[in-house]
Order: sequence, then structure tokens, then C-alpha cells
Amino acid sequence: MTVLLNVKDLRAYYGQVQALHGLSFSLNEGSLTTLLGANGAGKTTTLRAICNMVRSTGGIEFDGKPLNNRSTESIVRFGIAHVPQGRGTFTTMTVEENLQLGAITRKDNAGIVSDIERMYAHFPVLKQRHTQQAGTLSGGEQQMLAVARALMLRPRLMLLDEPSFGLAPLVVRDLFGILGKINREDKVSILVVEQNAQLALELADQAYVIETGRIVMSGNAKDIANNEEIRKSYLGY
Amino acid sequence: MELFTNQVLAGIATGAIYACMALAVVMIYQAIDHLNFAQGEMAMFSTFISWQLMQWGVPYWAAFVITLVLSFIGGIAIERILFKPLAKAPVLTNVAGFIALFSIINSSAGLIWDFTIKQYPTPFGSSPFLGSQLVSTHQAGMIGVTVLLLLGLYFFFQYTRIGLAMRAAASVPESARLVGINTSWMIALGWGMASAIGSIAGMLIAPVVFLEPNMMGGVLIYGFAAAVLGGLTSPFGAVVGGFLVGIFENLAGTYIPGVGNELKLPIALALIISVLVVKPAGLFGRHIVKRV
Repeated sequence: MTVLLNVKDLRAYYGQVQALHGLSFSLNEGSLTTLLGANGAGKTTTLRAICNMVRSTGGIEFDGKPLNNRSTESIVRFGIAHVPQGRGTFTTMTVEENLQLGAITRKDNAGIVSDIERMYAHFPVLKQRHTQQAGTLSGGEQQMLAVARALMLRPRLMLLDEPSFGLAPLVVRDLFGILGKINREDKVSILVVEQNAQLALELADQAYVIETGRIVMSGNAKDIANNEEIRKSYLGY
Repeated sequence: MELFTNQVLAGIATGAIYACMALAVVMIYQAIDHLNFAQGEMAMFSTFISWQLMQWGVPYWAAFVITLVLSFIGGIAIERILFKPLAKAPVLTNVAGFIALFSIINSSAGLIWDFTIKQYPTPFGSSPFLGSQLVSTHQAGMIGVTVLLLLGLYFFFQYTRIGLAMRAAASVPESARLVGINTSWMIALGWGMASAIGSIAGMLIAPVVFLEPNMMGGVLIYGFAAAVLGGLTSPFGAVVGGFLVGIFENLAGTYIPGVGNELKLPIALALIISVLVVKPAGLFGRHIVKRV
């Protein structure tokens, strides 16, 4: 299996405060990997560091090419789609415009049109609301829109920051089902950050556990889910 | 009745200019959250450039187009040189930047072209429009050019990819970067367009107010008023606000006793304050709720 994303000795800073202390992990092509950890462990910071949205040092390689010192907008062009915490919806624009924005770096107009239809097939609720202002969608619908917007890039890697946040349990099940399907059928590698460890471990194949800016545990998602000691001490369920 | 129609039409004509200035102000406000106090001076400088071109024998419409292009480039240059480095600076630093830009442009224009008042030509003439006494051909031309400009801008922002990208960059910059939009250049582009729109306003109003370095002072105040009235977050509101201010200013000057030409500016501003007391976000503005 080839390594798609390789992070080595990553340190990140907010002003004088260091948030990541030499974090290393890797993600295989085609895998669905999850980063778990408590509040403030550094999960979001890790995703933000990959897209160069915080000051960081260390090595980040995507498909063998270094991503350090590239601007956020140019990292997107490698095929990395980041769904930020809070979904990053363009609330004043329509649902369809949000999808078009996801594909703004692409030039193949016909492909974009057919991909929008594909997203409407994945998420029928978005089709019903395609002329509606995105800010008027419910939380769950906005999360669907955020995932669909990211997929419009035809990404190789999708970074998801707490997709379950603020959603009803049934909606979360739905969403995670779709994520699994996208991973299997569209061959999109996914790195998902979650507080809902139980659910994330069901979905993922690989898992890493972060505590105060360091990786403290890694391995097969099933093994971690079955290890009672890890569950109790780090994942709290 | 004829006086009323006449005043309304004249109001729409000057309102078109206020609408352009308001739109230019709103475009920059949307991009960087600051009011460009120097918008009027930029427009004045552009107008001088077109005048200079005509002095050198360039025909009106050629000078018009060349000025548009130069203003666009100039707007981008101002953003790159002066305001990009100030992007993360506090509000007051930016205000100082705008005031500096205002005086630099104003004084440079005075230095190059001196402060005497100059005639500025109109390509439309000033005979009665279609034989009607209600509106002159130049006023009709002002309205016509503005309407074309507004339609063009609407089409650009609604139906082109770059327009979509500019709107995205102005509304949620972080998300815009995450879909691959170079937000920094979108801001520069916004400056270029605002500068070009301002130059159109300047060239259209110059035959009325005459050409001199302080010609845009009053116009910009009306433009600000229009932008605030319509809501600083709404380009559509800015345009409607521009026309409303133009019409109201004329009607107040004509019908309220003792107002006349001298007091119509304060009256127009008083109206705006009354509107804002009732609707603080402006007629079409949105309340922005910020998480603290």
C-alpha cells in the first residue's frame, strides 16, 4: 500500500503557544483514517497545519511532494479538500453556488455540471433546495453540503473536522454511511477528526489517538475499539 | 407637475453618480471592511487623466476606455502597495492610510494640473433629450451609462466564475481559500473594479460640477450617505440608496422652503439619519452577528 500523506515531527504554534509537539503519522492511499482525542488535544490544529492555516514546522508530504510553505489555496490544487469545523458554508449564496465554488479550481465545465448532478444523487435533499440560500439549511443539511462541496474538487484526500458536531444521532449515522460509501466507491482517502470516538472507530480502518499535541496510540481501528484499556483512558466510553 | 417630474429626473441623473460612488465604496468595504475615504479623489484623478488625454487630442470615447483601464490598474496598484501590507493592522492605521492616500492624490492633482476650474466635455451634448424639456441629453446619458454599468456588473457577479470567486472571497475568506481561491488577488481585483467604477462616475459628473481637484468632495459624501442608507453590506442597496439620495436631495431643495441649493446636503443627511434610527443596518443591509 502506498503512503499518501506523511506527517513527520509536526509542531504548530498559535502565537507563543505551542499546540503540537512533534506529531508524526501517515495515511495510506484509499484508507479512511481517524484522529481521536479529547478537547484541545490538537486534532483541529493538525488538519489546519496540513493546509498551512497555522504556523508550523516539520515535514508534511503529500504523494511524495512537500506541502510546507505553500499557501492554503495552492495546497487545494494538489487535490486536498478540507471541510473545516463549523462547515465553512457560504451562507449568503445558494446551495448550487456553494457546489460550484467547490469546483472553482477545475476547468472542465462539462465535468462540473455532471458532478453537481452526482452530488444531488448522493444527497437528494440538496437538489430540493438547490436555489435556496445555504444559510437557511439545517445543521445536518449544511454538513451534507460541506461534504458535497469538498467532493466537487474530485479530491484525492478529504480532511473532515468533526463532521458529527451538533448533529442528531440519526443524521450522524446517515452522514457516516455516506462517507464510507464515498471512500469505497469514489476511492477518496479520508482523514476524519472526531470526538465521537465510538462512531469514528466503526467507520475507519486506521486510527490515531492524540493527547496534548502528541500521538499516544495508533493502529488498526478495530483493535483500538476492542482494547478496553485504551477506550477507558483515552476515549472515554 | 412638470417641475416635480423634472426634479425627479434630474435627481435620478445625479443619483446615478451617487450610486456608482456608493457601489465603489461598498465593493471595497465588502473586501476589507474599511470605508475608502479616498474613493472620490481616485475618481477625480482618473477624470483628470481622461481630460489630459483629450487635451492631447485623443477622442472622447477612446479617452474614456483608456482611463477605465488605467484606473483599474491604478486601483490594483494602490491595494498592492499600500493596503495589502496594512491588511492585519488596526482600524486606525487603515484610516490613517486612507487619509494619506486622500491628500497624496489631491495634492498631486493640484501639482500636475493646478487648482483652477476646468471645463469638461460631454459626449452627449446638453440639448433637450428627445425634444423634451424635462431632461437634458447629458442627464439621459448619465443614466444610460450607469444602467449599462450596473447590468454589466450584475452579469459579472452572478454568472461568471471569477465573479463567483470574488463574492465567495468577500463573504467567507477562510472557506474561499479552502476551495482554492486566491483571496488576496480577489481583494486587489475588487480595488481595481471600484477604481474603474469611480472613474466612470467622475467622468460623467465632471461636465456638471466642472473639473478641479476638489470636485468629488460633495459627491463622495452623497455616495457614502447612499451606501449607508442602502446598507454597507449590500451592493444592490447601495445602488438603490444612490438613486433615493439623488431624488430626495432635489425634491428637498425644490419644495422645502428656505432649503434651496445651500441646505440640501444637510437635509439629505438628516433623512438618512432618520432612516438609520429606524433601520440601523440600512434599508437592505444585513445584521452581522459576531461570535465573541
